[in-house]
Amino acid sequence: MAQTIELEIFRYRPEQESEPTLQSYEVPYNEEWVVLDAINYIKDEIDGTLSYRWSCRMGVCGSCGMMVNGVPRLTCAAFLKEYYPRKILVEPLDGFPVERDLVTDMDMFVAKLTSVSPWIIRNEGEEKPLEEGTYLQSPGELAEYKHYSMCINCMLCYAACPVFALDTNFLGPAAIAIGQRYNMDSRDQGRDQRQEVIASHDGIWHCTLVGECSTVCPKDVDPAGAIQRAKLSSTTDYFKDLLMPWGRRT
Amino acid sequence: MSLRHDIVIVGGGGAGLRAAIAIAETDPSLSVAVVSKVYPMRSHTVAAEGGAAAVVKENDSFDDHFKDTVGGSDWLADQDAVELFVETAPAEMIQLEHWGCPWSREPDGSVAVRPFGGMNIERTWFADDKTGFHMLHALYQTSLKYSPITAYNEWFATKVLVENGRCQGVAALDLMTGKVETVLAGAVIMCTGGAGKLFPFTTNGAIKTGDGMAMAYRVGVGLKDMEFIQYHPTGLPGTGILITEAARGEGGIMVNKDGYRYLQDYDLGTPLEITDPNHPVKKSMELGPRDRLSQAFIKERDKGGTIATDHGPVVYLDIRHLGKKTINKKLPFVRELAKNYAGIDPVYVPIPVRPVVHYIMGGIDTDINGATQLPGLFAAGETACVSINGANRLGSNSLTELLVFGARAGEAAAAFATANADLDVAALEAQGADEQQRIARDFINKHGGTERIATLRREMQETMEDGGGIYRTEATLRATSEKLVELRERFANLLIEDRSLTFNTELTSALELDFMLDLALAVAHSGLARTESRGSHQRTDYPQRDDANFLKHSLAFKTEDGVRIDYKDVVITKWPPEERVYGRQAN
Repeated sequence: MAQTIELEIFRYRPEQESEPTLQSYEVPYNEEWVVLDAINYIKDEIDGTLSYRWSCRMGVCGSCGMMVNGVPRLTCAAFLKEYYPRKILVEPLDGFPVERDLVTDMDMFVAKLTSVSPWIIRNEGEEKPLEEGTYLQSPGELAEYKHYSMCINCMLCYAACPVFALDTNFLGPAAIAIGQRYNMDSRDQGRDQRQEVIASHDGIWHCTLVGECSTVCPKDVDPAGAIQRAKLSSTTDYFKDLLMPWGRRT
Repeated sequence: MSLRHDIVIVGGGGAGLRAAIAIAETDPSLSVAVVSKVYPMRSHTVAAEGGAAAVVKENDSFDDHFKDTVGGSDWLADQDAVELFVETAPAEMIQLEHWGCPWSREPDGSVAVRPFGGMNIERTWFADDKTGFHMLHALYQTSLKYSPITAYNEWFATKVLVENGRCQGVAALDLMTGKVETVLAGAVIMCTGGAGKLFPFTTNGAIKTGDGMAMAYRVGVGLKDMEFIQYHPTGLPGTGILITEAARGEGGIMVNKDGYRYLQDYDLGTPLEITDPNHPVKKSMELGPRDRLSQAFIKERDKGGTIATDHGPVVYLDIRHLGKKTINKKLPFVRELAKNYAGIDPVYVPIPVRPVVHYIMGGIDTDINGATQLPGLFAAGETACVSINGANRLGSNSLTELLVFGARAGEAAAAFATANADLDVAALEAQGADEQQRIARDFINKHGGTERIATLRREMQETMEDGGGIYRTEATLRATSEKLVELRERFANLLIEDRSLTFNTELTSALELDFMLDLALAVAHSGLARTESRGSHQRTDYPQRDDANFLKHSLAFKTEDGVRIDYKDVVITKWPPEERVYGRQAN
């Protein structure tokens, strides 16, 4: 008998079940497999009713985040060999309403993302015409925001965030990091506009700096660092306004 | 009941989002629906790595980009489309820069470019080696700015609605409720990407099942040049994860089991030493086009030069000589992927690679405005075939293509929808109700089947590789066609276990397989009918290109008895077919 590994998977179908249950499956153990491969094996060969999201299987589409033994992971980047021979518990990402099985509600994130105006904002009349070509941006200016632009919207940081767990109104790590990504972009002039949301009660000041978001981030975006920087700039704004109420922020 | 918009876009990847923004900018009074089976940032544009081509350097020209593209296509691209494409490309790339795409930069702050296969001058814009990811997120985030754009995320379109000879909307399954909704509009744009999942070993994500092509095909629209499937020469064995061509653009070399640069044996030029300042030579050796490199792999395998592994034969892509600093700076994703999924660090060890299905040159037959033969139906991106790619797409033309033709299709659809605002609502709603019933009857409430979805899908993929792989013959393609007919019969006996209406992915897998079985047969028949070898379509029983008979696009139509193949002429504006030469002239 070839080696096998047990996966215990969170199941919930709202029309059929009033409460979630855990269902156990035994799958072949292949040390090259990631947890997602094992879940696909279950769906293909054992139980076609299991629902979950996935696509690229190379850690860039951001679809397949789940709790693996209690830790938010991209299941396409979590290898079975990290757990074998122990059993693997797979659950939907913490903090989000569960729609079905391993599928959680994503609309909440889209609303948060939209609220930070995640696009280049130029002052009225300062938009560069296409005929004049690209904006210049030095490698140093690019490096200022580049790592924040690496966010794949996988939601692992929300699942790890103790503040979000208590209050889903919190704007949260990824949305703040993406807002900060535009704030730090030399082509952008929209920071003041974003401040209203980012520096609001549900924004950066809600964060208690636990830093779990940066620990679980699979792309080293460092949302905790983004929040820190945003807090620092907001504080600077505050003192500038206080000391120089006549002056414009720069 | 139905939902009403001016334009419906199916698919929220690069082409779909570019089209949506184009419409919103053309006429803000038009309402746009983006119906996508995934949240837009999951779309497969996200996985494109190497870059996007557009003329930017002083020593480059539209004519050079044109020639590289037409030659790369083995003269099957339409030259009017290629001319328009290369001339529009720079403005589109600049537009994306204005929308925040974090293009890699030169020290002076200008956008950096690098060389790609089949290109005589470097013109590939890149954002490290995650170009598609950055482009998609820039487009998606920018699209959120426009209030006339309504996103229907995780709505799976199942049918194009045609009434009075015009396409007037789609039926789409809302995955959260299981309800089939009727989304009506004066124009529909298909932007659903490619169909790599027809094959067992592909760089494509799970979602790339050719839905839009199949939906158009089912309402009588022709699928053009479906026999042309691109194998990328450097996929990781086992997973099929792509190692970008940029690795070779930066100077990576391909070697066989003896460390020998075997491409020199297959008419791709003479190698320069890796220490030579002129290495890598453009359009030569490792920077030959994808079809020729993938074909060279098969020949090298047959000669015994490949390395046997648990995942089949491989060769090595060696980038060690680039050094850790350059690899980290220009190819960080290559390093990350090789470490995670091949268990090797390419700074120290060569990367095992083999050809992998990457892209389909064929697709929904459109004109240069993205319009299909069916009034009101448009298409753009990989799902469409304009064609600028012909028999072999040049690396880094596809990201640019989805911008150029996504925007054009958006503008053309906006004009069409404005002129055709009256819809046959009652008849369309009746069609939507029929579609809801069909899905309930044939899938959700279906009982008594025994065939597993995964089994049929696997057998389809295997027969596509066996019969429609890098080299094909009449016998292999015929066997594949017969197998596909058998699979279609067995599909009627599909096992359905999931009766839930909430996020039923067994249902979507079944619908995707249903689409793919139609497309697979179109690919096999298009390949059977083309009795020549051109670009990615290599018939060992007809090894020569045959311009007298096949300087033509094939068009596959769905009929009662299967597939009907027709042809239409290639547009030649200024460069008649010549011999396709790589390496020889470069040295």
